[in-house]
Amino acid sequence: MSTLVLLTMTGLGLGALYFLIASGLSLIFGLMDVLNFAHGALLSIGAYGTWWAASGNLPGAGPGGAGFVLAVLFGTAVGTAAAVLLELAVVRPLYTRPREQVLATVGVGLAVPALLSGIWGPDARTFPGPEALSGTFGLLGAQVPVNRLVLIAAAVVVLVALRLFLGRTRHGLVVRAGVEDRAMVTALGIDVRRAFTLVFAIGGCAAALGGALGGLYFGSVDPRQGTSLLIFAFVVVVTGGMGSVTGAAVASVVIGLVQQFANYYTAAGLGDLAVVVLLAALLLIRPRGLTGRLA
Amino acid sequence: MTEQPLLDVTDLRVLIGGRHILHGVGLDVAGHGVTALLGRNGAGKTTTVRGILGLVPRSGSVRLDGEETVALPTHALVRRGIGYAPEDRGVFAGLTVAENLRLAERRGAGEPAYALVHELFPELKQRARQLAGTLSGGQQQMVAIGRTLLNTNRLIIADEPTKGLAPKVVTEVAQVLERAAEAVPVLLVEQNLAVVRRLAAHCVVLADGRTAHRGPADELLGDAEAARRLLGVGHGPLTPHTAEADS
Repeated sequence: MSTLVLLTMTGLGLGALYFLIASGLSLIFGLMDVLNFAHGALLSIGAYGTWWAASGNLPGAGPGGAGFVLAVLFGTAVGTAAAVLLELAVVRPLYTRPREQVLATVGVGLAVPALLSGIWGPDARTFPGPEALSGTFGLLGAQVPVNRLVLIAAAVVVLVALRLFLGRTRHGLVVRAGVEDRAMVTALGIDVRRAFTLVFAIGGCAAALGGALGGLYFGSVDPRQGTSLLIFAFVVVVTGGMGSVTGAAVASVVIGLVQQFANYYTAAGLGDLAVVVLLAALLLIRPRGLTGRLA
Repeated sequence: MTEQPLLDVTDLRVLIGGRHILHGVGLDVAGHGVTALLGRNGAGKTTTVRGILGLVPRSGSVRLDGEETVALPTHALVRRGIGYAPEDRGVFAGLTVAENLRLAERRGAGEPAYALVHELFPELKQRARQLAGTLSGGQQQMVAIGRTLLNTNRLIIADEPTKGLAPKVVTEVAQVLERAAEAVPVLLVEQNLAVVRRLAAHCVVLADGRTAHRGPADELLGDAEAARRLLGVGHGPLTPHTAEADS
């Protein structure tokens, strides 16, 4: 029983991390038809920004208490700013050239880990976090790491915030409409490019937060972390239905759990294969993903 | 048309996928009433409308109230006072009726005229919380036209608003457009000649991506030979497609 609980909580924690990356990725693809291969880099920027700040480089920030919160806010803000810069400087000039756009995001996705590696080295760096978050708590006989709970809580907060944004604000309305028919949104007199930048900022913010909290989950940061997580985020996006935040949430949980259980009960590494097989099977049965609906 | 037209389109050309769709369309829309844009299937009517709005890459001249707009992006042109109901209605299926209308509200275009929209289409009020994708074709057209009436516009462009609708709904739509045209000029793309006869004062006919005819609508529709040649309608006197539309 305790193994099941531990696997479930770890799977949910991993799913939460996937959701933080995939939610923005899904909205960006749904609204803009942009396959953002640089999205993993935004996670890495958030992770390194938090690590850098929490390591004592940012006045007021540190590995514990309010200092760690400040470090997470800093890492998330840097990732958000990087996302806005990416949209304005790389993606926007290539709106009418989708092939070059994909190649440009691939380039950024490769360049950022190389840059991080060049500055701080290719090896993993120990992630400084509060002691309270490095311990465990008892749940139905299992000792569950607290950081899983932090990730799950953060993902739930992001999900609720995104649902409120999409459902209750005019900007959210524009994004939902844009996911359906971008041209018609412009034909109503709305500058959809603003929504593009906003969605990139939101996606970058969630991914960078994922990077900041992913450091707690993995206990370290390394330049390739974002890229390796991006692959599973793409699986989540396709499984959940392009442009659907709720679909991404459901798919994240499914993918995280399948991966954990398959890795434990079969052989390490088979869990990664299992989610790809799951994706292939789903695409054969429901080509539009689990939800089959938008946002 | 001796007065300055509200919309003056000159030498409009559209090239899509390396293929010329429009070869230099010219048309003008009067400052009042309905101007019909006619032509056989594939003549380039919808592409002309999309070209005017900048929804497809185009060249030429598009003057709105004397101001050249061909370099403006679509949203900026629309904000200058154009309401657009596209051929496929362009409703957002995953949004409610109320959300579809709310999306069309434009800042600086006056207070949204919900009272007028709900007076003309009471169903839209009753179905405010219904997803637009679950509406009938006629109800979706009401949403599309309702959006054009919500703001204070200088021009309404309606692309085949009666296409695929039941005769009773065609009549309703024609009545609404007739009333709208009392306040705002309308550029109407329409295949239903009974509706054209009822609403339009002027007409422009396209053929193979070019302007083939311009003039008073009743003159064209009264000339069976010209109508047959330009519009491909059958022999004999022109008859309404629907009795209701002419009522």
